[in-house]
Amino acid sequence: MRRTVLLLFAVTAAASAKDTCLECHAALEGALQAPAKAFANDVHARYGFGCADCHGGDRTTDDMEASMSRARGFLGKISRTAVPKLCARCHSDATLMHRFKPQQRVDQYAQYLTSVHGKRLAAGDVQVANCVDCHSVHDIREVRHALSPVHPLRLPETCARCHADQARMARYKLSADQFAAYRQSVHWEALSKRGDPSAPSCASCHGNHGATPPQVASVAAVCGTCHVLLEDLYKKSPHQPVFAEMKAGGCAVCHEHHAIMHPTSEMLAGPRAVCVQCHEATSAGGVAAAEMARLIRDLGSALDRSEAVLKRARESGMEVSEPQIRQIEARENLVKARVAVHAFRIAAVKKPVGDGLAIAAQTLRAGEEALKERDRRRIGLAFALITIVVTLAGLWMAIRVIEGRPEPARR
Amino acid sequence: MYGWFEERLGLSAIREFLEHKKVPVHSATMWYYFGGITLFLFVIQVLTGILLLLYYRPIPSEAYESVQFIVTRVEFGWLIRSVHSWSANLMILAAFIHMFSVVFLHAYRKPRELTWLSGIVLLGLALGFGFSGYLLPWNKVSYFATKVGTDMAASVPVIGVQLARFLRGGDDIGGATLTRFFGFHVAVLPGLTTLVLALHLALVQRTGMSSPPWHQEANAPQMPFFPNFFLRELMALYAAMGVLGSLAAVFPWELGEKADPFAPAPAGIRPEWYFLAPFYTLKLIPSHVWKFEGELLGILGFGVLIVWWVALPFWAVNREGILRTRWVTGAGVALLSYLAVFSLLGYLK
Repeated sequence: MRRTVLLLFAVTAAASAKDTCLECHAALEGALQAPAKAFANDVHARYGFGCADCHGGDRTTDDMEASMSRARGFLGKISRTAVPKLCARCHSDATLMHRFKPQQRVDQYAQYLTSVHGKRLAAGDVQVANCVDCHSVHDIREVRHALSPVHPLRLPETCARCHADQARMARYKLSADQFAAYRQSVHWEALSKRGDPSAPSCASCHGNHGATPPQVASVAAVCGTCHVLLEDLYKKSPHQPVFAEMKAGGCAVCHEHHAIMHPTSEMLAGPRAVCVQCHEATSAGGVAAAEMARLIRDLGSALDRSEAVLKRARESGMEVSEPQIRQIEARENLVKARVAVHAFRIAAVKKPVGDGLAIAAQTLRAGEEALKERDRRRIGLAFALITIVVTLAGLWMAIRVIEGRPEPARR
Repeated sequence: MYGWFEERLGLSAIREFLEHKKVPVHSATMWYYFGGITLFLFVIQVLTGILLLLYYRPIPSEAYESVQFIVTRVEFGWLIRSVHSWSANLMILAAFIHMFSVVFLHAYRKPRELTWLSGIVLLGLALGFGFSGYLLPWNKVSYFATKVGTDMAASVPVIGVQLARFLRGGDDIGGATLTRFFGFHVAVLPGLTTLVLALHLALVQRTGMSSPPWHQEANAPQMPFFPNFFLRELMALYAAMGVLGSLAAVFPWELGEKADPFAPAPAGIRPEWYFLAPFYTLKLIPSHVWKFEGELLGILGFGVLIVWWVALPFWAVNREGILRTRWVTGAGVALLSYLAVFSLLGYLK
């Protein structure tokens, strides 16, 4: 508490006081100048913190020796093992953090100590990531800042700086292909192409400060944090106890863990099927998978057909908004059917597929009727235009007759 | 039979009038048809509007659905609605062509100043019909276009805020706006239009068809109004009917999505084509020009332009009473070019 008050006092005073660290280092060159220049963009500078708050020393004196003397608490370059604890001095202090960021959590350090990074650092491995490796140093920006290395849209690249480095990962007997695999995934597509900051990236599954690989038993739970319905169905499915016994990683058995692709019916049957990894095509499981794939494909094709007809009708100017709304309902059934696959029972898939097919048949009929109506209208128009042209010809002839009469007859 | 009607209606007087009414014949005679085409399309508007009234319900919760019902369930409802919408646009186009033909043929000159003025009022009423009718289907595009339109009205100096409130029936577009736009569209504007139209036609009959300044010789060729010009006009009306029917059948007027006041305005919102030029001009003006609001300056500019255009018959002659044909033709070309280019740019951007 006393330390907090002192720090608060120091920060408040420093906000208005001069900072000789910055003044001198800004006048230097190269590596000694870089931190001073970068610090202008640092969130800590915005809140009134200065170099001395981390590096110690006295920023109020112009005497270089005195300002960087051990007597005044100067720490110099902070060692990599000391960084997390140094950051935690403030970031684990709820009272201090409340002053600047009332919503900010203060358990990052505690979480870091539970992470693989934290444990290894504690064991003396200085190659593992600490706070500054991810958040940068001297130009630390808020997470929501687009240039922050830990901004949701930039996080995968930040993790990949180490985890895609084969030489570095070899030391830990880890593969370095996770980022390459993730870049093929549907999650990366949402993050990079759609720019969706809520799309899952490394930290969504592994945690950020407490980063640890999810254990086999907890994969479904991790995926289930977003895919709630799927997790629920999977837990009740016949696969759950089998995968648990096999110590296989739940969802990842079929969907992979980093290269999570768009799920299609091809995952169930055909040359790219994942079911065949365990089920023979002629076995009960193989037959069921093929049947579920057929059901989903049938509904998909029926929807594509009716959508194409409705699109043509709409482009012809026909009013088909009602069947188009019904079409959305039918599409929802396709989504439900795909979800129901995770119950691994044909009956569960059959229900939404049946409902979707019934709607698709209605919307197809409505679209075809609209196109027939369009053709009827055009035939009617052709008749009307012929009548108009004949009348115009008749009027023109009448004018010719009237104007061809000798003058006395023209009244 | 004829004698019976003759005794009661004096048909011979009408016949006598028609036999003596003459129309000048020259290279630009075809432009005389556009007044009749505008009137014909107005009549179609009235007839199809009455038919639409049988099913239309002017409240936000039902307006869109009632139009949807008309175009999907009512026998030939799609045709009536499509003809109504297309003829509204064609009528405004025909009215503009009629106005510019009057300018280029210098038909506004003495003694037809009042015919010009009543014609300009009719054009204003036609634009009012377009603006008020656009909102009635209560779809997304019409809702936000009306919002933009009434926002522009709010920029009018002194009375702007009150004018916008009067148009909307409140601070925002809602049920009150729909009800009063419906009232303007089916009662106020038709009533006013009937009166001004009657005056316009009476003035046309009183002063006769104007001859262009280069067609003033005593023995310049003319044709009898009836039947020669009348049959030609009839041909023009049939042709207009063919164009209208084709557009209505091949490109039925879209209904779009129902308006949602809580939804964000769709991208690229713009008004009907006949308001595009001023709309685009206002978009080009910076938000502030020196100490003044850009939109306010734009609206003042349009006000000056309208007054100048309305007063055309009065500044078209100099103090000696000589017609400034080159000035007027130049002004007509300039205005027409501005409207065409800015409408096109407004459509494309």
